[in-house]
Amino acid sequence: MSPTQWDLPVELCCRPMAFVTLTGLDVVYNAVHRAVWDAFCANRRADRVPISFKVLPGDHEYPKCRPKRTSYEWYIPKGILKTGWMNKHLNLVPALVVVFYELDWDEPQWKEKQSECATRVEIVRQSLQGRNTKVAVVLIQKKTPLPPGEDVIASERAAALCNACELSGKSLFVLPHTDHLVGYIIRLENAFYEHAQTYYYTEIRRVKSHKEFLNKTTHQLLFVRHQFKIAFFSELKQDTQNALKNYRTAYNLVHELRAHETNILEIKTMAGFINYKICRLCFQHNTPLDAIAQFRKHIDLCKKKIGSAELSFEHAAWMSKQFQAFGDLFDEAIKLGLTAIQTQNPGFYYQQAAYYAQERKQLAKSLCNHEASIMYPNPDPLETQTGVLDFYGQRSWRQGILSFDLSDPEKEKVGVLAIQLKERNVAHSEIIITLLSNAVAQFKKYKCPRMKSHLMVQMGEEYYYAKDYTKALKLLDYVMCDYRSEGWWTLLTSILTTALKCSYLMAQLKDYITYSLELLGRASTLKDDQKSRIEKNLINVLMNESPDPEPDCDIFAVKTAQKLWADRISLAGSNIFTIGVQDFVPFVQCKAKFHAPSFHVDVPVEFDIYLKADCPHPIRFSKLCVSFNNQEYNQFCVIEEASKANEVLENPTQGKMCLVPGKTRKLLFKFVAKTEDVGKKIEITSVDLALGNETGRCVVLNWQGGGGDAASSQEALQAARSFKRRPKLPDNEVHWDSIIIQASTMIISRVPNISVHLRHEPPALTNEMYCLVVTVQSHEKTQIRDVKLTAGLKPGQDANLTQKTHVTLHGTELCDESYPALLTDIPVGDLHPGEQLEKMLYVRCGTVGSRMFLVYVSYLINITAEEKEIVCKCHKDETVTIETVFPFDVAVKFVSTKFEHLERVYADIPFLLMTDLLSASPWALTVVSSELQLAPSMTTVDQLESQVDNVVLQTGESASECFCLRCPSLGNVEGGVATGHYIISWKRTSAMENIPVIRTVITLPHVIVENIPLHVNADLPSFGRVRESLPVKYHLQNKTDFVQDVEISVEPSDAFMFSGLKQVQAISCGVYVDTKLRPRDGELYLWFL
Amino acid sequence: MAVCIAVIAKENYPLYIRSTPTENELKFHYMVHTSLDVVDEKISAMGKALVDQRELYLGLLYPTEDYKVYGYVTNSKVKFVMVVDSSNTALRDNEIRSMFRKLHNSYTDVMCNPFYNPGDRIQSRWALLPVSASSPGGPYFLCPIQSRWALLPVSVSSPGGPYFLCPIQSRWALLLCPIQSRAFDNMVTSMMIQVC
Repeated sequence: MSPTQWDLPVELCCRPMAFVTLTGLDVVYNAVHRAVWDAFCANRRADRVPISFKVLPGDHEYPKCRPKRTSYEWYIPKGILKTGWMNKHLNLVPALVVVFYELDWDEPQWKEKQSECATRVEIVRQSLQGRNTKVAVVLIQKKTPLPPGEDVIASERAAALCNACELSGKSLFVLPHTDHLVGYIIRLENAFYEHAQTYYYTEIRRVKSHKEFLNKTTHQLLFVRHQFKIAFFSELKQDTQNALKNYRTAYNLVHELRAHETNILEIKTMAGFINYKICRLCFQHNTPLDAIAQFRKHIDLCKKKIGSAELSFEHAAWMSKQFQAFGDLFDEAIKLGLTAIQTQNPGFYYQQAAYYAQERKQLAKSLCNHEASIMYPNPDPLETQTGVLDFYGQRSWRQGILSFDLSDPEKEKVGVLAIQLKERNVAHSEIIITLLSNAVAQFKKYKCPRMKSHLMVQMGEEYYYAKDYTKALKLLDYVMCDYRSEGWWTLLTSILTTALKCSYLMAQLKDYITYSLELLGRASTLKDDQKSRIEKNLINVLMNESPDPEPDCDIFAVKTAQKLWADRISLAGSNIFTIGVQDFVPFVQCKAKFHAPSFHVDVPVEFDIYLKADCPHPIRFSKLCVSFNNQEYNQFCVIEEASKANEVLENPTQGKMCLVPGKTRKLLFKFVAKTEDVGKKIEITSVDLALGNETGRCVVLNWQGGGGDAASSQEALQAARSFKRRPKLPDNEVHWDSIIIQASTMIISRVPNISVHLRHEPPALTNEMYCLVVTVQSHEKTQIRDVKLTAGLKPGQDANLTQKTHVTLHGTELCDESYPALLTDIPVGDLHPGEQLEKMLYVRCGTVGSRMFLVYVSYLINITAEEKEIVCKCHKDETVTIETVFPFDVAVKFVSTKFEHLERVYADIPFLLMTDLLSASPWALTVVSSELQLAPSMTTVDQLESQVDNVVLQTGESASECFCLRCPSLGNVEGGVATGHYIISWKRTSAMENIPVIRTVITLPHVIVENIPLHVNADLPSFGRVRESLPVKYHLQNKTDFVQDVEISVEPSDAFMFSGLKQVQAISCGVYVDTKLRPRDGELYLWFL
Repeated sequence: MAVCIAVIAKENYPLYIRSTPTENELKFHYMVHTSLDVVDEKISAMGKALVDQRELYLGLLYPTEDYKVYGYVTNSKVKFVMVVDSSNTALRDNEIRSMFRKLHNSYTDVMCNPFYNPGDRIQSRWALLPVSASSPGGPYFLCPIQSRWALLPVSVSSPGGPYFLCPIQSRWALLLCPIQSRAFDNMVTSMMIQVC
């Protein structure tokens, strides 16, 4: 965009820097000069002094200085600030002119050179006559200078040169053209900077000195002008604190000026300039709050200074610019490190600028609505001789006139007309949109999503006014969902209305239909008459006709649109539009609900589709189809109602597909599920409702899942919270809110009609072939086929159980490890109605504990459901928990031949092994046989015959056996000697003949064998007779390898005292045998009476 | 006084919104809606403060050229937003605070109403029903029988369904919806009328 009259001048917005001109440099042809110049301009970073340099020829003509005024008495200023003044001091009048001259101290032709230099200085001086501009001379030298004081010639000649040029010593510099050029240049420019500051200081003093000649009546404008100048010079001097102070004073003075319609623009313009400077400096001083406060003050002061009512749009334009400029300043400060916050950021200023731009547009629209016949005045009153104004903010046709009376009202009229006609050509919308998009960018940054949306709506509306409907729609469509999701229906309706207009004017069918659908819906806050109108238009569009234009549209745009719609009608193309409703709130609501969370496969699946229309008139739909995750069912769930296009609104109450507003319509659907879907979920993936038909245009509303649109989840939540009692409705009607969407159902298998019985005698005994009798009886009405049995350990139990449980169908042979724990799919054939079959299962449990057994019977049956023959697979299962126990306990003990309990046995001495079998089974057990398998270390004394063959043991009974054994001497064995195994063969007494016998092996305990040195064996008769001698034989055996001394004394018991036999007594008292017993030998016979 | 008063639900949809210059209603709706940005930010900033130390009054949300927007949030995250004319210097922070407190009390009364379902838009349509003051023992309020409260004495059959007559003096009258939603409406009106 080219700068308009409202843009702030460049010289105001830039940072003022001291202006220094360099003369005598030939930067085109002289390489040395070029290098010097480059060193001045290149790399001007913040650490270099702020000077703006310019190379000018030595004889450059500087602006002429007007003769000094000696008295202000008769002087009447014509305006506040000349338009050229700032530029003059920034770019035309230098603070310092530097004359570069190539001259070495040892120059042979010194005299001539010196006078040439003096002439050059003189020329510059001439041109600057009347100004305080400083002049300095820089000698470009080839040689490096000696340290000061050492070069006598140099100091002499320098003094001479100064004299010749009338320069002070401080204004003469030497620039040796050697290696360290940049270093020298930096030192030079610092010196220049000092000179420049002195210059601006004197300028400030000069302006200040005028003050005392001014009086308040005629020189009010000068007060402002001088104050502004002082501030501006202070800025040039880089004294920003004083600049700010003076600008503030100037700002106050501007508002003290007598304001009138004729000069209000000038006052505002200057106030705006000064305000800009103040805000800029405040931001620069890092006092943003001061800047904001100043700006607020400025706006409050100027807001009401509208000026001429005929040109009030100018005020709006000016206000807009003020906000925009401040926004720019603020934004710039942020880029330099200032932090803004959510509630105070440049966005607000851009937004306000946009508001004023909108106001400007409104005002311009009402003030500049001249007829086309009115021509732009000739000569152009806005033209000036120079092409620019003399003073800022004045009217071109009456420049410099300070009188508040209009000397030439006719001229004024023409001028105003010219401005108004020019305003007509301004692209207002473009300005507004630019400002709004600036604001959007800011609010996006400062976490204001809603503000951003609001501004985007405004941008959209502005595009609509600017007739850029495509962009308008794009923006509006983008933000609509924000308002929809937060439920601000009033705002949504307003946006939709604009969007509908856009889509109408562009004849965008799909958009037009979508917006209509929503504007008719429950989210729309439109009045019923509006809704009726939209509904009628929608029907028209569906019948392939043009809709009526939307109200308040531009007449020309409507004409174009009508043509577009007419073209659309003649273009017979694809006229079916599918619109997904999940992103908006259409005027029809849909809910799908399966009657149950699951259905048996032999009964038809039933569900309802509920529809409710919110539009003002009844409406007829043409088709409803439901789609499922298994698409095979789609064909069963279609309702189509043939109707002519023009019948959409007619016969409203007839037909399934005609919806009466506010009434809930229930549509029942039924279908038979496929048998392969047993165990699967049937899900409604979408519901499609078609409006209109293929001959005209057709809109298909598509609900994902079981219905629901953008607003329904919140509504459902509200309905769930509500404890309102709903009024009673007739039986066939339901409350919309009470319908809960159920979009999926499970298909489960048919209920079996067979009985499965298990017969068995628990508990099971360890290792036995436990018999489980399964009885299956069919109660079905028809024959069942393919009956299969799965039986065994129920999966999912302890893994060890699987290893220790074996199942077989054959009880005649014993199971081993190779048998499985679960028998699957044993075919058992077909069953007629009422027929029964029995199957025996044998289970062998290797460990005790409880186990769960599963018996699962499956079969096929033919069923007729909804006149359709289907094959159903049914199954029934039974589980039973069976405890396994030990059949008996075996106790083993060692006793001596005298049945005394033995802790240990003695080598070579016979002892008895006693087994005791105690039945723990609740059922009678038959011990078929038992067997003792001796370890090699044991020998038997007599035959090892089973003593318990075919013994039947009831619960708690026991069977004992006794074996006489002997253990040869083995020396000392740690932990005892193995005895062997005891094997019991047994079965349940009740078990059938062919059931195998179970052998239970019991490992006998180890026994400790001890060697003894002497063994005494008394050989006593089993009885004695009174008074008969009783021969007693004591057998003594030495078990050692050595000869042992044995002392035997016999002490008869009292029983023998009665015999009175002395010999015996004598023997018994007196016999004393002293003998020697040889190893492994010796018998002693003694007789007793 | 206030030019626009709004009650916003926890989920940020409007429960009640009213503005005095009705011709530019939309502008105020937008203003209230955009102010929620600041409310959200302030709520999330104070989220960690203890409940009893929490200040419900949020203060000035943001200034616009012509209006000031103030906010207040209840413990259940229902927001009150009030738009005040910038030129109105009589309204200082304290006045705004007390207005919000009044509003909060009034809103609490609405919540206590057994006919009101929390989360529904506050409408005073029942308040528009005729008041029959002339009956003996009157004045009465007429109110459609909608809930179990309606099991109270007299019911009249007239167009618009069965009504339930309730004497104003009784405690029950305070619980009835018409009176309360209207009270809220009236209170808001009174806050706005004082401008004129």
